[in-house]
Order: sequence, then C-alpha cells, then structure tokens
Amino acid sequence: MKSSKVWLKILVLIFAMGFVFTTGCCKKKPVDTEPATAGKEGISEDELAAKRKAEQEAMLKKAAMQKFVNEDVYFDFDDASIRTDAKATLKDKADFLKANPGVSVTIEGHCDERGTEAYNLALGERRAQSIKTFLVNAGIDKSRLQTISYGEEKPVDPGKNEAAWAKNRRGHFRVD
Amino acid sequence: MRMHRLISSAASVLTVILFLSSNPGLSWADYDYINISNPFLNKIPTAVPVFKSMSNTAAEKEISVEASDLMTQSLDFTGYFKMIDRLAFLEDIQEKGIEAVELNFKNWTDIGAELLITGGITIESDTLQMEFRLMDTYKGQLLYGRRYKGGLNDQRIMVRRFCSDIIYLLTGKRGLFESRIAFISTTTGNKEVFISDFDGHNPQRVTQTKSITLSPAWSSDGSSIAYTSYQKGKPDIYITNLNKYRANIIAYKGINITPSWVPGKDLIAATLSFEGDEEIYLINDSGKVEEKLTNSWGIDVSPTFSPDGKRMAFVSRRQGSPQIYIQDLDGGNVQRLTFEGAYNTEPEWSPAGDRIVYSGMKGGVLDIYVIDISGGRTSQLTYNSGNNEAPCWSPDGTLIAFASSRQGKSKVYVMTASGTDQRNLLDLSGEQTSPAWSPPMSEN
Repeated sequence: MKSSKVWLKILVLIFAMGFVFTTGCCKKKPVDTEPATAGKEGISEDELAAKRKAEQEAMLKKAAMQKFVNEDVYFDFDDASIRTDAKATLKDKADFLKANPGVSVTIEGHCDERGTEAYNLALGERRAQSIKTFLVNAGIDKSRLQTISYGEEKPVDPGKNEAAWAKNRRGHFRVD
Repeated sequence: MRMHRLISSAASVLTVILFLSSNPGLSWADYDYINISNPFLNKIPTAVPVFKSMSNTAAEKEISVEASDLMTQSLDFTGYFKMIDRLAFLEDIQEKGIEAVELNFKNWTDIGAELLITGGITIESDTLQMEFRLMDTYKGQLLYGRRYKGGLNDQRIMVRRFCSDIIYLLTGKRGLFESRIAFISTTTGNKEVFISDFDGHNPQRVTQTKSITLSPAWSSDGSSIAYTSYQKGKPDIYITNLNKYRANIIAYKGINITPSWVPGKDLIAATLSFEGDEEIYLINDSGKVEEKLTNSWGIDVSPTFSPDGKRMAFVSRRQGSPQIYIQDLDGGNVQRLTFEGAYNTEPEWSPAGDRIVYSGMKGGVLDIYVIDISGGRTSQLTYNSGNNEAPCWSPDGTLIAFASSRQGKSKVYVMTASGTDQRNLLDLSGEQTSPAWSPPMSEN
C-alpha cells in the first residue's frame, strides 16, 4: 500500500512538471520574434494537426462512451415495454454500438422499491430483455448484448416519491 | 463458502419421565379450552409463577426465574394464551408447593387464571432436573406433568419440550417449537442469510456472500436452504446443506431466482430465464433442469407447493398484471386464483393445504392476504402499517411471519393465522426481509 502511494505521488509530480513546461512554452511563443518553424521543434504542422485531430476524436469517443453509459432508459410502473421517449435514446445506443463494433455491453434491468422483491427481479430481467430485443431489431448482434436483473436492489435515488421511483425504473448500460 | 454450524453439538441426552397425564391417548382438542374456529380471539388466561427452587439454592433460583420467564414468553408467542401478570398472583408456590394437593385453586381462579403451570428446579452437581405440571384451576385437576433430566444448559430445550407438548395436546398440532426461521438481514452491510429459533432467539448469520443474497427457502427435512445470490456477479441459486458445509449451484444464463422445494423430494422449482423468457423449471439437487413446469410468455415466478406436492401455485403476468395461479405439477389444470387488485404476489401454500397466504398491492401499499383455495374467499390480515410482504406459515400453520416497514426500516414480524397479535420477531441491527419458516427439526 505504502509504495503504491509513493508511486502515485511521483506520477502526480511528473504530470505537474509536464504541465508547467508545456504552458511555459506556449506563453513564450508570442514574444518570440523569429518565425516559429515547425521544423525547429522537430514536429511538422501536419503531424501536429493529425495529433490534434486524433486527440479530438479520442475526446469525442470518450464523450460518446460516457453518454452511452450514463444515459439510462426509463420504464413505467410494473411495465417492461419500451416507452416512446426511450426509443430515441435506444436508437442512439444502437448507433453507438454500430460505430463501435468492438464494444460488448451488459444491459441492467432495475425496478423501483414498490412491489415485491422476487417479482421485481423477474420484472428487471424482462426490462433488460425488452431493451436487448429493441437493439437486436435495430441491427445489433445479440452476442454483444448480455442482460442482468438487479430487481429493486440498486436504486439510484433512495427517495420514497414518484420522482425517485421514476429514476429507479431503468435500463442501464455497462460496457464489458 | 463458510457455513456456521447451526445445530450446536447435541445437548446431553434428556431423560423424560411422563409422571401424569389424565388421558394419555386423548388430545385436548376434545376439551373446550380453545375455540377451533377462532382460537386466537378467546385466549386462555394462564398463570406461570416463578418455578420453585427445590433445594433452595442460588443457582436453582437463577435458573427458575429464567426458565419461568422463557415459558411465559414461549406460550405467549403461540397466540393461544393470555399470560397473567405475576404481580396479580395471590399464592406463592415457593411456600405452598408445586403439586395440586398443595395449592388452593381459588387463589388462581380469583385472578382469572384457567390454567396454571408450576415448575420445580433441582440442580445436583452437573445435572439439571425440571418438573412441570399443567393444571386446570376450575376443575382443580392435574392435566399433564413431565420431569426432565439433562445438562445445566438444557433448560431451554426442556421448557420448549413441555410447551410443545401443551400445544400438541391443545391443538393436535406439533412443530412450532421445533422450527427455525431463516431471513435476510443487512446487519453486516450486505444482504446475508440469517437463521434464528422460531421465536427470534439466537439469530446467526449463515452465509458470507458479501454480495446481494435473497429469498431463502428450506428443504422438506430442514437440512438445507436454497437462496439466490449475486456472488458470481449475477443471480444464481445456491443450495446449501446446513450441517455438511456443502453447496450446489444453479447457474444457468440469465436469472436463477425464487427457489422452492417440492415437498418430500430432492427437487427444487425455480424461475430461470436461460431460454430468454422467465419460466418455472424443476431442478434436481445437483442443479440440473429436469422439467419445464410453465410455458407462457412473460413473467412466471415464485412457485409454492401443496403439502402433497401435486399442485403448484405461482405468480404470472400472463393476463396483464401479476396474479396467483394454480396448476398441476404436470402443467395441466391451470386456474387463476386471485382476481381482486392488480398486484398479487409471493404466494405460500398453508401446511393444511386449504389456503394460500400472499402479498397484494392496493393504492401503492403492500398488505398480507389469505385466500381459501376452494372458495376463493379472501381475508386481509394487515392494515395501515407500512408495506407488509413476504408472508410464510409456521410449520403447524398457526402463525405467519412476514416483513413489514411499519416502523420505517423493514423488520420481521409474526402474527397468528387470523392476523391477530402482530409483533416484531427479533431486534437486530439493519433491515430484515424474506422470512422463511423451517419444517419441524428433531435436533432442536
């Protein structure tokens, strides 16, 4: 434990130093009278642009992944059918999965605390299955889609009101 | 997985001497002590004075108080008796004695007692002897007496045996005092299976899954429990022998939930979804599917069996809302049992076979109901007291345990089969859910 903490500190220090150097460079640039040629810095404009583009793409991809994982699909009480508002969300999910053919996911089915435990386990499974069926119909290979039910065991909102229950009756995506 | 051994090494052999029973072959159901149609409405006023220390020693006196308190609590727990407060007693058995001829029964009828139980405690080196007498105060008659001999720690067993005999003579039913209750508790921070005595005494954690663990169910002989757990990341069923530290697992793709044993057999019915739809299957004790019992699209869950094992009740959403259905084990003769309300779940078949207790939701609130299987007549047992769910019968069919949120956190409660005498089963930290009452166990 202790040595890993030390390493963490060293890593943080290296990052911090790197940050100081890069910002230092940038600040210097405008006051430099010589025309800044890429060649002098050992990296061409094209390479720089490509690098920036790659970084941007990676960021977009990360954002898309975050949206995919963070955006849940909601259900009505004691109902596993896909709501109209959920269909748009699920179409986005299908697009994401098509754009990322290497990604496999687990679809989690959840319920609100009302109702009984065993029935909610089955209902959660039915919700996950409904989502899976929707995505398979949208062209996603079923081998990429696993389901799991958590019933009422993992609410996101512990509140005891309709607003909380509505948030808890959900399908959640987990990237495997 | 580590299992705690539940049955402590068999208590030293008890010697039991029946020293008097007015009519050995006769059940008291033949007498009029209880009203069979509603036994819990007219409770029998009963007096249990502190047992007499026969050698007048401090050790005996200590056990006397403990044992007489335990007998009072145990009889009170059954719901058949009204235990009379000792402060009202007019006669001191420590002075008068414990036999019928030594007592003035008018002193007991004057305070309303119809039954009187006296006890005598004797300790000789490491041997404990207890003698109990049950008397009818109005007839001035000894009804039943027993003497027990055992180790110094056997008082609990002795008191329970005598109580069990009284209940048997009174109702013709045995099993409550020999049973245990399994339930789920979050005491450790995770949902784990705990088991306590029938009266909530001595709760012990029996699983260490460190994950979500749900719906324990007892095998017909009480030797094993099955439960659902997420130990391997998804809901699988674990079958655990409580004495042999051995576990089997039902782990098909999808969910493996709501296990229930077929009476008298090493077969479990449970809901599996490996075919893409929740259906109830028969599974052998090594975890292999033997037969598919339901075949209807959508949710089929929570099987429970008639005592003869020939019929199964379960929950299905096949007609648009969760309702309780009954079918033959071979899948034939399906009938819908519940029609009131749009949410009826968690059926459990009564030990006598004539009724099913279940939880139903009305106005967003869960309550416990009982339905007659033949006539379909429904009675509501809980009212205006939070959510009440997961009901189960005591093995003699006289009591129902359930989980209730009436005081905020979910706790296990017990009531009589008519819904009277609702009380908290045990005081344990965290939340308690899903009680499951064991069959009678001889080792208790």
